[in-house]
Amino acid sequence: MNKSQENIKVREPLVRTVKRAERSNLDIIKLRIIAFILALVAGGLFILLIGFNPFELYLTIVSGAFRSKMAIQATVKFMIPLLMASLGITLAFKMKFWNIGAEGQIIMGAVFSSYFALFYSDLPHIVLIIIMFISGFIGGGLWGLIPAYFKSKFNTNETLLTLMLNYIALHVISFLRDGPWKDPGSSGFPKIARFEANAQLDKILGVQFGWIVGLILVVVVFIYMVYTKHGYEISVVGESQATSRYAGMNVKKIILRTMILSGGICGITGVIQSAGSDMTLAASVAGGVGFTAIIVAWLANLNPFGILMVSFLFSVLEKGSSVMQSTYGLSTYSASVLQGIILFFILGCEFFIRYKFVLRHKGGNK
Amino acid sequence: MNMFINFLVAAVFAGTPLLFGTVGEIMNEKSGHLNLGVEGMMSLGACAGFMAGFLTNNLLIALLAAFVAGLAGALIYAILTITFMADQNVTGLTLTIFGIGLSNFFGEYMLVNSNTNSLKLPENIAAQISNIYIPVLSDIPVIGQLFFQYNPFVYLGIVIAISCGIYLNHTKLGLNLRAIGENPGAADAAGIKVTKLKYLNVLLGGGICGIGGAYCSMIINGGVWMSNSVNGLGWISVALVIFASWSPNKAVFGSFIFGAFNILKYYTPKTYFTIPNAFYDMLPFVITALVLIITSIRKSKENQQPASCGINYFREER
Repeated sequence: MNKSQENIKVREPLVRTVKRAERSNLDIIKLRIIAFILALVAGGLFILLIGFNPFELYLTIVSGAFRSKMAIQATVKFMIPLLMASLGITLAFKMKFWNIGAEGQIIMGAVFSSYFALFYSDLPHIVLIIIMFISGFIGGGLWGLIPAYFKSKFNTNETLLTLMLNYIALHVISFLRDGPWKDPGSSGFPKIARFEANAQLDKILGVQFGWIVGLILVVVVFIYMVYTKHGYEISVVGESQATSRYAGMNVKKIILRTMILSGGICGITGVIQSAGSDMTLAASVAGGVGFTAIIVAWLANLNPFGILMVSFLFSVLEKGSSVMQSTYGLSTYSASVLQGIILFFILGCEFFIRYKFVLRHKGGNK
Repeated sequence: MNMFINFLVAAVFAGTPLLFGTVGEIMNEKSGHLNLGVEGMMSLGACAGFMAGFLTNNLLIALLAAFVAGLAGALIYAILTITFMADQNVTGLTLTIFGIGLSNFFGEYMLVNSNTNSLKLPENIAAQISNIYIPVLSDIPVIGQLFFQYNPFVYLGIVIAISCGIYLNHTKLGLNLRAIGENPGAADAAGIKVTKLKYLNVLLGGGICGIGGAYCSMIINGGVWMSNSVNGLGWISVALVIFASWSPNKAVFGSFIFGAFNILKYYTPKTYFTIPNAFYDMLPFVITALVLIITSIRKSKENQQPASCGINYFREER
């Protein structure tokens, strides 16, 4: 070995990352389940750390969500907006359009529909409800169209723009609440009047009918994404804009259209939350659902039926955490902590689907 | 005139948490990592800083705790995005939700266990974080008021921003870092330790964000613990990075300008017509949105995001 060769010789790192052969679907599911269990263990350690028994607390969460008919109804009530907003976001995410603006789109949907709920409440019930849904769709769709327009025209960063639109939408509500739509009958803090019974959503099986809309949407979004030309275009644009342009697709049009749909579905979520659960337009109409929905959509791998499952799981967590608050005096924010931990672990496990670590001197091409 | 000086001073106070968040995010983005977890890391810092100050009555420990908490949040992000190559957008968002949740959770936990109605910082530390007084200098009219009578956070923020500017633009390490942000493959080929430097900067950025969070919880609400004290400032910081065109020095002015927008409603004369408060509250976000749009339309070559930002680096795929 001569001198120069010796100089070139580089020490191989202790651990390196290489791509692995594709895993089977069964393996992927197994990995996710392991990650989920690890997340529960990590959450359990956290619970232990603050001086509680993790098994007892987990049990409280699950039993709390199902302990009575009312509890189950409350769980479903949590689930409706989460499910729908996740479905809305999924369309955008499939296109790799980072729509962080579900929060704002939910609000604008609620604002648009509330206009009719507040000022046209004497219309025939069915007509009014249909108008509210359409206006909610338009409100959310327009709010989604703004970032889509700038993204497609100037490549404006959609993550930040949709985010700013969330806060702007939030202050639109506070403007309406403090000014033009203020309920003159309310004393103390200004608020918007309660909707007339005529403008409230009907109940089916004790819960507002939003849950049926949600279930229908699961199927519709699934069919739209998997079996239609539009759905195909969305996934091609998501994979590569250059490819889709080469294939003769009108990328700009696809982005605009998809974001109207994505925002529109979130807008309907706002209608359902305001007219079905809150019975008024409150500043908390979105209440963080738009953000949690991102976690849900991602955990479900952007699959509508997966979203149904995950949003159910998350609403159990939400309802359970409120029971935990009344039983142990722990904050309901425990739900977001646990949700965060679960997603951290799932994100970490994705790595092992595509890559593996190789130790020095073991395998690899030496 | 006096009113105007008061306005400027208030703008500096309101802009300081943004300064920490912005500089922290710049450190992240320069290493090629778009970290949307600023709000979360600030929340973690807010809780850790306040609680440490509350329990130990020592400002230094409080600052350290805030720094470590922000760093810990960044560590989760760093492990997931640098080593495990997870999606940066989703990881950052999760960090935000997790950070806000954990911060509020612990805040309420401490409140419930303290058997009082509110958590208030003890006197000693409250005095340490109140506005400083430098003999002679603080007494100079106008100049003294404008420059020499802020709380320690303000000066710390400016010092950190300037140090980060020197680090990025005038040291070899900073040059290496910028190379990584632009093209990690080329930097790696040149022998720069990509992973190590990425970790270093993401963690450092997170720590800085954490201190910014401590400002929110300790100063903004007058030393009383409140949930959600960061309340969107972290998100404005992420956007301010663009306004400051990835320069820590420009971030100083950028954050003070945005601070001014935040407090404008208290300083506009209400004589002729009144604008609803909601519009003032909306203003920083509207302006940020406009800045985003205008910079994307102008597309200037120099003021661009580091080229590899948002894309994870996989060594064997370069």
